[in-house]
Amino acid sequence: MNWVVVVAGAMIGAPLRYLTDRAVQARHDSVFPWGTFLVNVLGCLVLGLVTGAVTAGAASSHTQLFLGTGLCGALTTYSTFSYETLRLTEEGARFYAAANVVASVAAGLGAVYVGVALAEAVWA
Amino acid sequence: MGAERRSEVAAEPIDPDVEPIDPDIDLVRTGRRQGVLHGQGPILAVVAVGGALGAAARYGASLIWPVAGAAFPWTTLAVNAVGCAVIGVFMVVLSEVWAAHRLVRPFFGTGVLGGFTTFSTYAVDIERLVEAGHARTGLAYLALTLFAALAAVWCAVAVTRRVVVYVGREAER
Repeated sequence: MNWVVVVAGAMIGAPLRYLTDRAVQARHDSVFPWGTFLVNVLGCLVLGLVTGAVTAGAASSHTQLFLGTGLCGALTTYSTFSYETLRLTEEGARFYAAANVVASVAAGLGAVYVGVALAEAVWA
Repeated sequence: MGAERRSEVAAEPIDPDVEPIDPDIDLVRTGRRQGVLHGQGPILAVVAVGGALGAAARYGASLIWPVAGAAFPWTTLAVNAVGCAVIGVFMVVLSEVWAAHRLVRPFFGTGVLGGFTTFSTYAVDIERLVEAGHARTGLAYLALTLFAALAAVWCAVAVTRRVVVYVGREAER
């Protein structure tokens, strides 16, 4: 059952990243990878909420596997994030590469804290 | 983001411009201004299947190598580093050598590798470690994952490009 739940979440999360990335990238001309940045921060916010809800006893382990391991895991990506960072440095956009690393980690962590705090406010 | 593709294996030093910056989407092929879902059915299907495979592999790794609450999350670090190395090899091969079917990149790059690696678990694990009073472990995990992931993709791309050039030269003899 756990595997089914993880797979079901991933089958939603992965296409969601593709669609979000595509929609975002078609709407700006900057080399900054806004699409990947956005899905990663969004996934961190949702996983923060889920983690907070589980801690507060408001969400089951299946919910965590579905939304956390499956959906957020597939929605967010480290491989695309690091490949884009490498390609930016190769293209001479070193500032964007450094900004991508710093902003992704800072905003991702910030989103986790916001998600956990929201979950505690609602369910604790 | 060069639009032209090499038809043969490159014998010259590789110009990385033929490799895209965003590996997940191909705006040259799919068109910039069409509707969000226009002609996307097959791509969404293979991304979903690939994502399921990648996420299942990551879940399997977490069952085989479980990490206790306050311990250093080695499994997620290893999963992310491996995914970064593989995307480096994959994107070079796809850009320089293999004129693959148009669904190969969405299936493997966006789906499998995107589903396998995770940014959200990385960030939440840091928060959990810091909140549990293990701030040093959390910061070490933050920095070490970044280093391992970027080193993995950098090394994989550099080595694969060298191999492609070498194989191309040998083929010309």
